[in-house]
Amino acid sequence: MDIGLTHYLILAAILFTIGIAGIILNHKNIIVILMSVELILLSVNINLVAFSTHSGDLTGQVFALFILTVAAAEAAIGLAILVAFYRNRGSIAVEDINALKG
Amino acid sequence: MQADAVFFWIFSVVLIGSALSVVLAKNPVHSVLFLILAFVNASGLFIMMGAEFLGMLLIVVYVGAVAVLFLFVVMLLDVDFTEFRQGFVQYLPVGGLIALCVALELGYAAIGWTASPNPAAAAAPAGMISNTHALGRVLYTQYFYFFQAAGLILLTAMIGAIVLTLRHKVGVKRQNIAEQVARTPATAVELRKVASRAGL
Repeated sequence: MDIGLTHYLILAAILFTIGIAGIILNHKNIIVILMSVELILLSVNINLVAFSTHSGDLTGQVFALFILTVAAAEAAIGLAILVAFYRNRGSIAVEDINALKG
Repeated sequence: MQADAVFFWIFSVVLIGSALSVVLAKNPVHSVLFLILAFVNASGLFIMMGAEFLGMLLIVVYVGAVAVLFLFVVMLLDVDFTEFRQGFVQYLPVGGLIALCVALELGYAAIGWTASPNPAAAAAPAGMISNTHALGRVLYTQYFYFFQAAGLILLTAMIGAIVLTLRHKVGVKRQNIAEQVARTPATAVELRKVASRAGL
């Protein structure tokens, strides 16, 4: 059996689904939510690279590079906010993050 | 079965298994370690697809920086993670239902798509040069401003992370370089007339 573009697309779809399910199931644990977001971004990257190599166009890989950059920045800022929040409130439970009464 | 098919199945099965473990693991430290495994396998898939540079970047950036950052924060915070598990079973049907809907939509899109009859003008094919070389050629010419913007985003993230977590403790003696440099003999040395056999 030949491994084609569809295999990679289905793999990325499964990974995206696992990420979505992870956000819902671990809705109390913000660290696992951030990790699920990383999984979702990884699945998007797999999609972009698969299409890029399939069509011989490097644009997809360039944008996968930018997604990688933004994901790294997001993880750094998110974890810094988490550390600052823990310092002020002594907890990182998502239910306690309600200062804005949203 | 060809070798690439074998490796595709190994990488993808381990990738999906470790992604499931990230979501389902009880201990967040195990989640982070499975996240690292997932990234390593995704990097293998990238290399199989011919995107060697991105595969290596995934190892360096994700495994080397982001996952270690996660590990650091998980171990730094003294939090009881078991209480976060409450409500997991309660939300299992809802989460499963939403995941099923997303999976069906994405699967439909992944299987039923067709290529556009008139695709956008593709960049020049890589040809004999390596993937990294070709990527550099595009990145530093056509996407130069985007590249600069990505650098600015990283700078913003760095400054933001420092500003958010830096804490000045009161009562800590710090070096004041400006004051140190501004010292002159007039302010630093004091001449006293000491009386004989009296001392100061």
